[in-house]
Amino acid sequence: MAGKQMEMTGAEIVLQALKDNGVKHMFGYPGGAVLPIYDELHQQDDIEHILVRHEQGAGHMAEGYARSTGKPGVVLVTSGPGATNVVTALQDALMDSIPLVCITGQVPTSLIGSDAFQECDTVGITRPCTKHNWLVKDVNQLARVIHEAFRIATTGRPGPVVVDVPKDVQFATGTYTPPSPVIEQKSYQPKLSGDLEKIRAAIDLMATARRPIIYSGGGVINSGREASQLLRELVELTGFPITSTLMGLGAYPASGKNWMGMLGMHGTYEANMAMHDCDVMICIGARFDDRITGRLNAFSPNSKKIHIDIDPSSINKNVRTDIGILGDIGHVLEDMVRLWRASKKTDRSQIEGWWTQIEKWRGRNSLAYPANKDVIMPQYAIQRLYELTKDRDTYITTEVGQHQMWAAQFYGFEEPNRWMTSGGLGTMGYGFPAAIGVQVAHRDSLVIDIAGDASIQMCIQEMSCAVQYQLPVKIFILNNQYMGMVRQWQQLLHGNRLSHSYTESMPDFVMLAQAYGGVGIRCDKPADLDDAIMKMIDTPGPVIFDCRVAALANCFPMIPSGKAHNEMLLPDEATDEAVANAIDAKGRALV
Amino acid sequence: MNAQHQPTGSAYFIAAETARPETHTLSVLVDNEPGVLARVIGLFSGRGYNIESLTVSETEHEAHLSRITIVTTATPNVLEQVKSQLERIVPVHRVVDLTVRAAELGHEKPLERELALVKVTGTSDNRVEALRLADAFRAQVIDANTEHFIFEITGRVSKIEQFIAIMKPLGLVEICRTGIAAMNRGPQGM
Repeated sequence: MAGKQMEMTGAEIVLQALKDNGVKHMFGYPGGAVLPIYDELHQQDDIEHILVRHEQGAGHMAEGYARSTGKPGVVLVTSGPGATNVVTALQDALMDSIPLVCITGQVPTSLIGSDAFQECDTVGITRPCTKHNWLVKDVNQLARVIHEAFRIATTGRPGPVVVDVPKDVQFATGTYTPPSPVIEQKSYQPKLSGDLEKIRAAIDLMATARRPIIYSGGGVINSGREASQLLRELVELTGFPITSTLMGLGAYPASGKNWMGMLGMHGTYEANMAMHDCDVMICIGARFDDRITGRLNAFSPNSKKIHIDIDPSSINKNVRTDIGILGDIGHVLEDMVRLWRASKKTDRSQIEGWWTQIEKWRGRNSLAYPANKDVIMPQYAIQRLYELTKDRDTYITTEVGQHQMWAAQFYGFEEPNRWMTSGGLGTMGYGFPAAIGVQVAHRDSLVIDIAGDASIQMCIQEMSCAVQYQLPVKIFILNNQYMGMVRQWQQLLHGNRLSHSYTESMPDFVMLAQAYGGVGIRCDKPADLDDAIMKMIDTPGPVIFDCRVAALANCFPMIPSGKAHNEMLLPDEATDEAVANAIDAKGRALV
Repeated sequence: MNAQHQPTGSAYFIAAETARPETHTLSVLVDNEPGVLARVIGLFSGRGYNIESLTVSETEHEAHLSRITIVTTATPNVLEQVKSQLERIVPVHRVVDLTVRAAELGHEKPLERELALVKVTGTSDNRVEALRLADAFRAQVIDANTEHFIFEITGRVSKIEQFIAIMKPLGLVEICRTGIAAMNRGPQGM
């Protein structure tokens, strides 16, 4: 079939194009405007369709699927509410650079613009939250557009795309053209190789560094496994300390000797102090997000900055860089490793003093928390979960909030693609559907969604999906009855007025799991925790684990909003007084 | 794009922007496909950039390419972002900052022209005065009866502004302006 042009209906073209682009799984929800495509789906076995309970879930599942496999996630939803419900997931994927191909049904072309039933301006609504989108009005363009959609979603800086297909186009007969190795598109040509002169200049600068730091991000993971391998080689060769953003965890192993932990608002003391005091910063596939930089005009004031990114708009966006290298991380790192080797630089004495300083900062033990025999500390829960799952084939997803930061701080990731979290958009409700997506791609692996009691309720309906497809996802809820991160900010920045951050009515999560056909486990004693976690792991089906943790624990260390890296609040310093004075009077007046 | 007003990156600490804004003219070559203009202007509104003038038309019919001319005012850092963000749009082929290019070529600024249609009604002295001034500005009469003129005037923005200001007391009733068309001097292409 491949290589030959064929006459087909639009719906057949959609399925054929998906197959020809290597799609094995898709996530979706039927409705009036996609019925012809669902009809075709029913008559084939090559693509497995996962029926979700809400289109937002489909989007996040596709994200989890994509991040754990490196392949694009595919979503199929209907017009109107189907399309609008998936918008959150599209924006999430856009901000975290996740390749998604979302096919939306649309009302027939003759009805577009007439306020028809379940009509919405899908390309208009999704224009700012996709990398690109198309409304296909001609069935003969459908195959070309879908092939182009896969190319745009997966190349360059990956991202979500939407193909909007009116119902009459799904019924119409047209010509199918297979994917072509020759790229017709002239305008979109992402650059892979970095400028060698700039890479040389970067190597020269790195060779002079006395206080260097490597700050890596999600771009390393997006670039593929080879990029993570090259990053490890570069760290090994240079002996430089390395930190990473939330999105980049796992590219360099947490057990690696040069690892300093995550940086940023809830990063470690050593990582943030080293960022502040360094003389050469090598930013690899990260984008100087505000959660990373803290107060921008006090960000790493005395360093020369090298920035490697595939997106030209990321370079010099928030922070001015001295050497900006445009290109794919894998390609650029390959050149860097080669050139560093060729420079035969082996003398590490000039960074010894720097390492001594870093060890001093490490000695502050900034992730310390008070031990408790009666109540489960949330940090302890993550530590135990890590110890009991680290030797297994484990994937971790999270929702958004305190539990997410504790997971990033206390769960050690050794490999890329094992950690899925909503970084840029911060979408509560992401983790559980993402975990389902991961489990679809890795049926025999242990997939755990580390959740909060508030976040999990935002997409809890997908329990029904997990049970239907026997996807044994484990939901590990750190239940403190609060929107913990909201409360933490209210305590720090809004005079301890806890406006609507306490959930007075909470479902019984054990019974909820049972109602959906899953298994519920509750644990509220530190002494029982290990056994309960083992029971969760050994349960063959989906589990909701209600882990009752200390209600008022807060997430430290923390760089309060608008503060610099060297103005962190450390756990032992976070007294009531320090917390109350986290921002000065001038700052409070502006709140 | 409020970051431009908050170099601290926080809503809890606001510091004033100190960099001076500059006005630049950009030429953007795009595929003439549905929605492409919405992508460009949506980028400007979505990221809080300014559009002072916008002119669009298909310039190469066979290749279906349109040229969009945008005049924008921003600090140098934001101007760099505007260009990079425009280049990310899939149907965008090229973005040229004509103002920067003019400086590289040794010119003060690119050639910039605008066309306006100006309708003036009036009788007796006002009517004669309008016609006399139009002649001085080299505006052409493209429609007239005993009660009105429609003038077509082409030139720099300042000339058109001046012409409109002068016509105001003489019975100005309607103005239509095209926005700026721009290119650089010399034999080189965009």
